[in-house]
Amino acid sequence: MSKDAEILDEFTSKEYEHGWTVDLEADEAPKGLNEDIIRFISAKKEEPEWLLEWRLKAFRHWQKMEEPSWAAIKYPKVNFQDIIYYSAPKKQKKLKSLDEVDPELRETFKKLGISLEEQKRLTGVAVDAVIDSVSVATTFKETLAELGIIFCSFSEAVQDHPNLVKKYLGSVVPQNDNYYAALNSAVFSDGSFCYIPKGVHCPMELSTYFRINAANTGQFERTLIVAEEGAYVSYLEGCTAPQRDENQLHAAVVEIYVHADAEVKYSTVQNWYPGDKNGKGGIYNFVTKRGICAGDHAKLSWTQVETGSAVTWKYPSCILKGDYSVGEFYSVAVTNNYQQADTGTKMIHLGKGSKSRIVSKGISAGFSQNSYRGLVQVHKRSENVRNFSQCDSLLLGDKCGAHTFPYIEVDNSTAQVEHEATTSKIGEDQIFYCNQRGIDTEAAVALIVNGYAKEVLNKLPMEFAVEAQKLLALTLEGSVG
Amino acid sequence: MLRIMLKIKDLKASVEGKEILKGISLEVKAGEVHAIMGPNGSGKSTLSSVLAGREEYTVDGGSVEFFGKDLLEFAPEERAREGLFMAFQYPVEIPGVSTTNFLKTAVNQVREHRGLPALDAVQFLQNMKDKMKIVDIDQSLLKRSLNEGFSGGEKKRNEIFQMAMLEPKLSILDETDSGLDIDALKIVANGVNTLKSPENATIVITHYQRLLDYIVPDFVHVLLNGKIVKSGTKELAYELEERGYDWIKAEFANA
Ligand SMILES: Nc1ncnc2c1ncn2[C@@H]1O[C@H](COP(=O)(O)OP(=O)(O)OP(=O)(O)O)[C@@H](O)[C@H]1O
Ligand SMILES: [Mg+2]
Repeated sequence: MSKDAEILDEFTSKEYEHGWTVDLEADEAPKGLNEDIIRFISAKKEEPEWLLEWRLKAFRHWQKMEEPSWAAIKYPKVNFQDIIYYSAPKKQKKLKSLDEVDPELRETFKKLGISLEEQKRLTGVAVDAVIDSVSVATTFKETLAELGIIFCSFSEAVQDHPNLVKKYLGSVVPQNDNYYAALNSAVFSDGSFCYIPKGVHCPMELSTYFRINAANTGQFERTLIVAEEGAYVSYLEGCTAPQRDENQLHAAVVEIYVHADAEVKYSTVQNWYPGDKNGKGGIYNFVTKRGICAGDHAKLSWTQVETGSAVTWKYPSCILKGDYSVGEFYSVAVTNNYQQADTGTKMIHLGKGSKSRIVSKGISAGFSQNSYRGLVQVHKRSENVRNFSQCDSLLLGDKCGAHTFPYIEVDNSTAQVEHEATTSKIGEDQIFYCNQRGIDTEAAVALIVNGYAKEVLNKLPMEFAVEAQKLLALTLEGSVG
Repeated sequence: MLRIMLKIKDLKASVEGKEILKGISLEVKAGEVHAIMGPNGSGKSTLSSVLAGREEYTVDGGSVEFFGKDLLEFAPEERAREGLFMAFQYPVEIPGVSTTNFLKTAVNQVREHRGLPALDAVQFLQNMKDKMKIVDIDQSLLKRSLNEGFSGGEKKRNEIFQMAMLEPKLSILDETDSGLDIDALKIVANGVNTLKSPENATIVITHYQRLLDYIVPDFVHVLLNGKIVKSGTKELAYELEERGYDWIKAEFANA
């Protein structure tokens, strides 16, 4: 142990004796997790007392919980005491021009068709005044403000809209929901907050692109979206550009509260670093995403394109509490090389006449493992529920795996629940057919895969969809032939 | 003088260790139409697959020149871009990919290979409209997933439509006539004839003399047990229609 570490160790082991031991002036918390670290995070963020208490409660739950092991994923145990849970947001080193950016990364940007401006933003190249993203974001914010829409970083929301945060935080994903959600609740760094007032139809896609403050929200992101009665919003998370991060473990929480007659569309493109060809490195992504359709005729729709991460553990879910509420889940999950994904959804039907639709398209290549895990639950008192699930798996090569775990629990005989599943392979004959028309194998795979995923990609906002198509092709490059 | 387009010399090929083509020689010149006939399992589709470059077939001997170049050296997509087209006996389905989208990718990859600029959406659709007339194909069909749920006849028509779009030099039509009703047969044959020019050539694989009434061949070859055992003019096709293959089998066995 180094001298510094020894000293730290000495201090941290005495923490209960002296109480506060972590230096508030420090930019970074020492490694490990205990109540003082949480106090440190909360103090750093100048949070109100109730939020600190909330975090501590989550931590106490977490301590009593065990890391889940039921998912079809294998990874070395995470040492939670070896993680730094708070660092001050680092200023990205400003580059003078795109020429200074890693050529390999630029090549990828080009293949994805990401605009030069966007490339600059993503790589931290200084942008000129006219199209400066800050000014774009400012006009954007003004338009939203006129409508009473709040769209800001989570930390800002805690300061500026404490009552809303207090009312809804944990209302859909309680602190003790699951191991990772509890961890997130204890230590979450930042994230987004979005509030659409009653009857307001948000006129633009709300995208995390446009957030200025929360660019580096880090590994424990927290998002809260509230749509009041009759409101509408389409929200985009992530981007197709490859995302690298020094932190291996990511445990985000997204909560969505949808009131009566309101509609929320949540679209994600996830492209975190998946590790190298041999399965070394890569992000572990343990995400809890859940929304509640609290009022009658509320609607929540999840669309996700998952291509990154070494390990993905993610089940965006809908609690359909309101009568005639609607939940949807559209997913494309691609795994290549040694990636593992265990993803799916839960549709919890509580309201009468509530409906849900699940379309899941798994694509596995290389040595990867890709599982769909879904639950459709119909409660005793919810009459006339309908669900339709379609779970398809596409295999490229014969060393990868695709698995489907559909759980159906129906407690009311009026429910109509349908489940369809298929597994197919990209046929040699399909590729040869394309080749015979002059299409090379790479392009043939892209064409076939995009055709297969079309139903889901069509649910994405237009410009996102085009990028996502290219991303699928890129993820699978070199996996056939 | 007519230019030699395709020159096959003593071509031998096998699949899964089973010898199927046992020494085939054939020359096709620009402007010609050749018909290949022969009993089921004689190797007709194998010959077209080997020419198109299907991987599961192993070439064990012989050579194939296409415009003087060694065809067997090329990858399947390169052969296609060089102007070789094969209408499949059993066209393949690709769910979620429309014929339009499929062909746009194909046409532009072929154009790129030939040093031509990519067609924009308007140019491409215009081109498509013109070619649709040739085989009387409906636009609604082209919007659907490629070959998925198409009737047998629609699939075959779509093959010829693709041929029209790709403007190949040499087309191999593998039993394009089977599954077509008489009207469709005429339309397809008419399409092939419309596309015919002194610059291109066609190899028609068929079981029925009937097609050859519409697409008139310059030569008819009989493929038997992996070898071309007889060649002649279109009269040979009539003779086959009347007498079947037994007499050739006998002739060949005696030889
Ligand atoms: N992939 C393959 N695997 C095993 N055998 C094959 C394969 N392809 C072709 N064959 C065999 O090769 C022989 C020739 O087949 P081919 O399809 O070339 O015949 P064909 O002349 O086109 O017949 P048809 O008139 O019925 O279309 C047959 O015995 C067939 O079973
Ligand atoms: Mg055949």
